[in-house]
This record gives sequence, structure tokens and C-alpha cells, in this order.
Amino acid sequence: MTRTTAATTRTTTRTTTLTRPPTPTRTPTGPLTRLFTRGRRTVPSRPAPGAALAEAVDLHVRLGQHEVLAGIRLTARAGEVLALVGPNGAGKSTLLGALAADLPATSGEVRVDGRPVGDWSAPDLALRRSVLPQSAALSFPFPVEDVVRMGRAPWAGTPFADADEEAVATAMAAAEVTAFAARPFSALSGGERARVALARVLAQRAPLLLLDEPTAALDLRHQELVLRICRERAAAGDAVVVVLHDLGLAAAYADRAAVLHGGRIAADGPPAEVFEDALLSRVYRQPVEVLPHPRTGAPLVVPVRTPDGAPNHAPNHAPNHTSAHTSDGPGIPDVTPI
Amino acid sequence: MLWNVRLPRVVLALLVGASLGCAGALMQGVFGNPLAEPGVIGISAGAAVGAVAAIGLGLSFLGNWTITACAFVAGLVTVSAVYLLSRNGGKTEVVTLILTGIAVNAFAGALIGLFVFFADSGQVNQITFWQLGSLAQATWPKVLAVLPCAVAGLLVAPFYARRLDLLSLGERPARHLGVDVERLRLALILVVALLTAAAVAVAGVITFVGLLVPHLLRMANGPGHRFLVPGSALAGAVVLVAGDLAARTLAQPAELPLGVLTALIGSPFFFWLLRRTRRKQGGWA
Repeated sequence: MTRTTAATTRTTTRTTTLTRPPTPTRTPTGPLTRLFTRGRRTVPSRPAPGAALAEAVDLHVRLGQHEVLAGIRLTARAGEVLALVGPNGAGKSTLLGALAADLPATSGEVRVDGRPVGDWSAPDLALRRSVLPQSAALSFPFPVEDVVRMGRAPWAGTPFADADEEAVATAMAAAEVTAFAARPFSALSGGERARVALARVLAQRAPLLLLDEPTAALDLRHQELVLRICRERAAAGDAVVVVLHDLGLAAAYADRAAVLHGGRIAADGPPAEVFEDALLSRVYRQPVEVLPHPRTGAPLVVPVRTPDGAPNHAPNHAPNHTSAHTSDGPGIPDVTPI
Repeated sequence: MLWNVRLPRVVLALLVGASLGCAGALMQGVFGNPLAEPGVIGISAGAAVGAVAAIGLGLSFLGNWTITACAFVAGLVTVSAVYLLSRNGGKTEVVTLILTGIAVNAFAGALIGLFVFFADSGQVNQITFWQLGSLAQATWPKVLAVLPCAVAGLLVAPFYARRLDLLSLGERPARHLGVDVERLRLALILVVALLTAAAVAVAGVITFVGLLVPHLLRMANGPGHRFLVPGSALAGAVVLVAGDLAARTLAQPAELPLGVLTALIGSPFFFWLLRRTRRKQGGWA
């Protein structure tokens, strides 16, 4: 409920800021673009709800000798949070990199805003998608506010540059970095840097957000904050693709989750459907159980743990009967393992 | 006397200082490494090989501009080589950069040695004097010989300031923000070669100005390149005019070579910078 209200207010503020000077004309069919003379860039209009902003079509990516992605078919739609989950090395970051046009497809295709990524120029692409890298680095000690303002660079010379200050302030407030706006980036902790990088990405205001493990360095409060921001952006009409390790977060906040396993998509759908014991236990090679939250009913993903901490080796599909034992009394299994 | 001796020398000091300061700021930005500098990583030495070759071989196919042109071509080759050799995955580690510099400097030194070995005594005098780095032979024709290179580089450089800011995020993030990184890199390598060639062709190898000046400015006013690039050019010009004045007056009536003076002051600074960088990174490995 609260989610919807937050989303609605967000939508209205965004629309007012974005449709200021030259109101981009809309047509019922897909995103219409408007030409601005300077820099031969085409400023995108707001995407229609449900429009495919990024698509991977039979995507194969090879890094060295290793085929990291083998036949990925995936669509990120406007208005949707799509979580990419899966074990280490499953190809999540590679997939995100391919969608971001960082990595070339060995075969197949990646389309952004309806066109193959290779057809967009770098400045054009920067108006359409923003990318949060896994680790935030900076060669020189720029102050935080300047780093966030770098996110506005793609809009320089367009009428939307008028919104720069407002976009920077809003993004910094959303990522809770306003308090250290004047401090040099190099003086921040890992979690603070991660939030500054996120603020930069938010300030870019691209309709497609690609976030690679945005919660990795963050404390509990800020993990929730980041995913609430993802929801808000999706509610405002953006497409958010986010790589997550925490399946609980993915279950709670994503509209859709794609489980990657060995360079393929093992499952793709709403978390409540995709996150089930057998699949996750097999993919992660770790028995897990999925329980409904006692109050909200949202799926909770918990590894099966033995009381003395001994590893539980049941790689293939033990979870079904294991969970039968443990799900009766939370945390107190009735059978003592050997 | 004033018009023909003092003034060209001051103008030359301004041009060389501005070129070196600006080239230093640009290179640190392109390499994403605050220790990059034309002298340290061997670009100056590379350009010097071109200039020495022009003197040693008695080339004059472009008249007055021959030495500058040769220095430019050799500088361009060197900066491209250093760039390709010292980068790995879009970043330049300090160790790799410095070691590459050592190798390039050694190789350039060997080539210069060869030219000296085969040169006649008049050419040897000209080469060694020029190698120490000095503005003592400033004349109007020399000013004219480097003016186009220096002015072209100095005028173009500020246009890349904003993109250099973005590049400090790393290559991929810069590309995500709309920077055509490959083109930027190519353009800046050209500009750096232009500026270094302009400085080296007339004044020989004057080290550390390009290191010291951007650093002091960054400490004073932050790392934003829109200030740093033109600022380093201006401050570099001022520093070199002052340095030349000191070189002329400190040991009167004799004159200290300017390159010796800048190295005397610059080397300890470089040393301190290395120590500080190492402390921050917790070692080199």
C-alpha cells in the first residue's frame, strides 16, 4: 500500500521535471524521439509502460575461451524491477555488461530502446541507460557533489540540462549522501562510496537502470533503501535491472526474477513462482527452503542449516524432504543430524 | 638587446612552461594516474630522440620547423607506445607506469647516445647543451618554430576538460555517461605529443614541471579539469619564467641549466609523492 503511494507521488514529480521546456511529443506506438541539433543526439521521450527497453535475443558472450552466456533471452520492461540472481560465476554481471554495451555479443543481439546497442552512439546511449558498476573507483579526489553531478553530463546542451541542480539534489537526498556532499570521494567508506555511485546513476535519469550488486557494500537500512528506490523508479516508468545476491531482497522487491545458472536462464518469472526449493537448491548447490513470511506471505529464502553448523551436502534435490523436517519448528529441527 | 635577447627568452619560457604544465595535467587525466608526467614516463626523452636525430643527421626538410616536427613525430610514437604498454584493463598501475618510463627513458637515452657518438663536435656541443634543458639560446625564430605546436595544443586542451572529469570514474563509467573513450584517448595523445614536442624542441628535456604544477593546483582548488587544464598551463608558464630567472641569476655570472634546476626541485617532490601514493595504497603489489 505504502509502496503505491510513494510511487504515485514520485511519478508526478518526475513528469513535471522532465516535461519542462520542449514537451516531447508522444505517439501511441512506442517511444518517439525528438531531435536536438547539438551533438546529433536524439533525446528519448518517456517510455510507454511495458515497453521493452532492453532485450537480449539468443545472446551468447564468450570471454576468452569460456562461453559465459549461452543463449540468453531476456527482456527488461518499463515499469518493472527485474532481478538477476544466481550463484557466483553464473553470468549475472556479464549479462548486465552485455546489456550495458560494455561487452560485445559473440552471437545473438542486445537491443536497447528498440535498436541494436551497436547502432547507438555513446552519447545517445547515455540518455537511455545508466549503469552502476560493481565497484566504484575514482582517480582523483573529487568532492561527492561533483561526482553526482557527473551523472548529468549526458544532458549537457539539451533543454533538460536546466534540471541538473534539481536532479543532483534529488538523487543525493534519495541515496542519503547529502550529508557528505562536500567531502572528497576518496575519504568515504565503501558503503558510502557505493551510495554516491548510486546517486550519480540516479541523477542521470535514464529510463533504463542497470545496477550491478548495488547492495553488496551496504548495511541493512541502505539495502532496503536502494531497493525501495528501484521500486520507485519502476513505478515512475523506468526499467530497472538489478543484480542481487540476497534472494530475500529479490523476492521482496522485484517484479520478476531471472535465475542464471551456468550462462543460461534457469527460470524467469515473478519471485513467488520462480523461487522454489528444488530449483534454488540445485542452482546454488546448497539446500534451501522457501517459506512464506508469517505476516505478509512474501517468500523467504533460507538455507537449510544444521544445528551444529555442519555443512549439509545434498546438492541435487534433498530439500523437499529436508524441509519437511525443519519447517515444523522454526530453527529447531526435530531430527538431529549425524 | 631587450627585444632580441630578453623578450624571446621570456616568451619561450611562457610557451614551454604552459605546454609542460598543460601536458602534465592532460596526461594525468588520460592515464588516470597522478604520477604521469611527460618527463617521468619518457615522452620528453622520446621527443628528444626526434630532435637529436634532426640535429645529428643535419635534417632541414621543413626549414625552421624541422626539429619541432621530428620531436613531434618521435613524441607521438613514444606516448602511444607507453600508453599501450602500461595500460591493463583500462587502468594504469603506478608500478607499471614508472617501470615503463624507466625502460623508455633508457632506450631513448641509448638512441641519443648513438647520435652523439656519430655526431661531429659542433653537433655534440649543440646536443649536450640542449639536453640539459635550457632557454639560453632563445631567439625569435625559435619562438616561431614552436609557436604553432604549442598554441594549437593549448587551445584545444580545455575542450576535453569535462570529458577528462568523467574519465576519472574509469573507462566504462565514462562511456556510460556518453564519452567516446577511444576518440578522447586518441585526441589527447595527439595533444600531449604536440605540447611535449613544442617544449622539448626548443628547451630540451625539462622535467617535473608537468608533475609539480597540476599537483599543487589540485591541492589548492580540487581536481576539476575545467580549472586544472588551463590553470596548469598558466601556472606552468609562471613557474618556468620564474625558474629561468633563477637559473640566470643564482650563479651569476654563470648560468645554471634550467632542466637541472627543475630536476633539483622536482625530484624530491616526486619522491614524496611516491611515498604518499604508496602509503595510501598500502604497498605496490
